[in-house]
Amino acid sequence: MKHQIRLNVNGDDYELLVDPWRTLNEVLREDLNLTGTKLGCGVGDCGACTVLVDGKSVSSCITLAVAVDGKKIETVEGLAASGEKLHPIQESFIEKGAIQCGFCTAGMEMSALYLLRKNPSPTEEEIREGLSGHLCRCTGYNQIVEAIADAADRMKTDRGKGVKP
Amino acid sequence: MRLPKFDYVAPKTLDEALKALTAGGEGCRLLAGGTDLMVKMGHGLTAASLLVAIKGIEGLHGIRFDPSKGLSIGAATLIAEVAEHPDVLKYYPAVAQAARKTANTQIRNMATLAGNLCNAAPSADNAPVLLARGAEVEVVSQKGTRQLSLDDFFNGPGQTELARDEILTQILVPPAAKASGASYQWISPRGKVDISAVCVGVNLRLDGDVLKDVRIALGAVAPTPMRATEAEALMEGAKWSEALAEQVSAKASEESRPITDVRASAEYRRRMVSVLTRRALEEAHARAVENWGV
Ligand SMILES: Cc1cc2nc3c(=O)[nH]c(=O)nc-3n(C[C@H](O)[C@H](O)[C@H](O)COP(=O)(O)OP(=O)(O)OC[C@H]3O[C@@H](n4cnc5c(N)ncnc54)[C@H](O)[C@@H]3O)c2cc1C
Ligand code: FES
Ligand code: FES
Repeated sequence: MKHQIRLNVNGDDYELLVDPWRTLNEVLREDLNLTGTKLGCGVGDCGACTVLVDGKSVSSCITLAVAVDGKKIETVEGLAASGEKLHPIQESFIEKGAIQCGFCTAGMEMSALYLLRKNPSPTEEEIREGLSGHLCRCTGYNQIVEAIADAADRMKTDRGKGVKP
Repeated sequence: MRLPKFDYVAPKTLDEALKALTAGGEGCRLLAGGTDLMVKMGHGLTAASLLVAIKGIEGLHGIRFDPSKGLSIGAATLIAEVAEHPDVLKYYPAVAQAARKTANTQIRNMATLAGNLCNAAPSADNAPVLLARGAEVEVVSQKGTRQLSLDDFFNGPGQTELARDEILTQILVPPAAKASGASYQWISPRGKVDISAVCVGVNLRLDGDVLKDVRIALGAVAPTPMRATEAEALMEGAKWSEALAEQVSAKASEESRPITDVRASAEYRRRMVSVLTRRALEEAHARAVENWGV
């Protein structure tokens, strides 16, 4: 039997009819056409599918859509809310060369957002720990760590200008 | 990975969940964080026709600490919450250590501590320290409530004492005795974030200069998390020395029954039991000395 669920994704409300066995990843990508969130391993290991549910980072590939009924979901599409001006995390990823093929990027950026909201001035060790649930087959991670440290600085400066993290 | 088809209910109360679980029959399973269950179902290792989700049950959430009664962790409590809770960090540092070590940020934000125990992996990171700290679990069915020691909980890989119609509702950890200390030590193939190849939990208490209540629990070296009772007996009532810690660690290693698998060889595991037990004894002893005056 299909279940009726309500999701708020990046500020937009949706009412959906979903089969209980469908994952949040499938519903975001297939029903809402939000394909920024990737599907890598499908079993919780790689972090490519990371989104925030009520502010907490989770693996959307092993989260059932019915289990997040009524919740607030944030995906990479919500980072640059206007669709034009990039989020400081995105700016830093580009500038620091933290993106090669880009498959891991959306997940990495969502974990960076989660980390920087909790801890606006992370040490390198804390950044690496925050990324421990992510695999990147291209960059060797160093540029990603640098990008997040850079984003932390930008967000502090931007916050001074009244921009929301 | 596509999941096989199943029905789903998300009861709001424990009574409703118990009713659904009993009515659901053989094909019915509880869903907590799903970090074990979804992966197993995706791989076709576990089948279910109905999932009963327990995260929406308010009464199963939360961590409560009472200095005389100890710690209670509700079954729907996330591992991330255990790792960060101020009372757990202050009064149960080894429990916090194990929670913090479990998996990665996203998994800790989804997974429950109770799910880690109910899944009954021999390598379950939170089992050794909870065994060492003398934890108990509260189990409820429509027939009533029972409380059992974690020592009697694990029956084999993926096998527990829980009957099909029972729900583990809370994990109870007694308060730390005066001048006692606990420690959690682990090693995994890929640095810090992987499933443990070997993990060890230790608890002990100083009575004057004599060691008491020594509990040593080992993970990932037997079909279930296990106590190293002969090693414990060697230390019980003795005076602390590095030589004794060495000897006790060697005994724990003898008692372990590891296998060779993708994460490590049996030989390596046996050696690591001895290394990690010694480290855990040393840290627990140091903490006990520190807690002397508290
Ligand atoms: C990428 C990844 C990394 C991981 N790393 C680690 C690691 O480092 N260390 C480690 O120990 N584990 C690890 N795990 C395993 C898993 O995350 C943990 O075992 C977790 O604690 C399971 O909790 P859950 O709430 O997700 O359980 P679920 O998957 O929801 O449930 C697990 C089992 O327990 C049963 N169950 C759950 N709650 C109850 C209850 N209250 N009463 C009765 N039965 C119940 C379910 O029916 C199911 O059979 C990892 C998993 C993944 C995907
Ligand atoms: S796709 Fe979800 S963790 Fe890899
Ligand atoms: S940029 Fe290719 S996987 Fe990370």
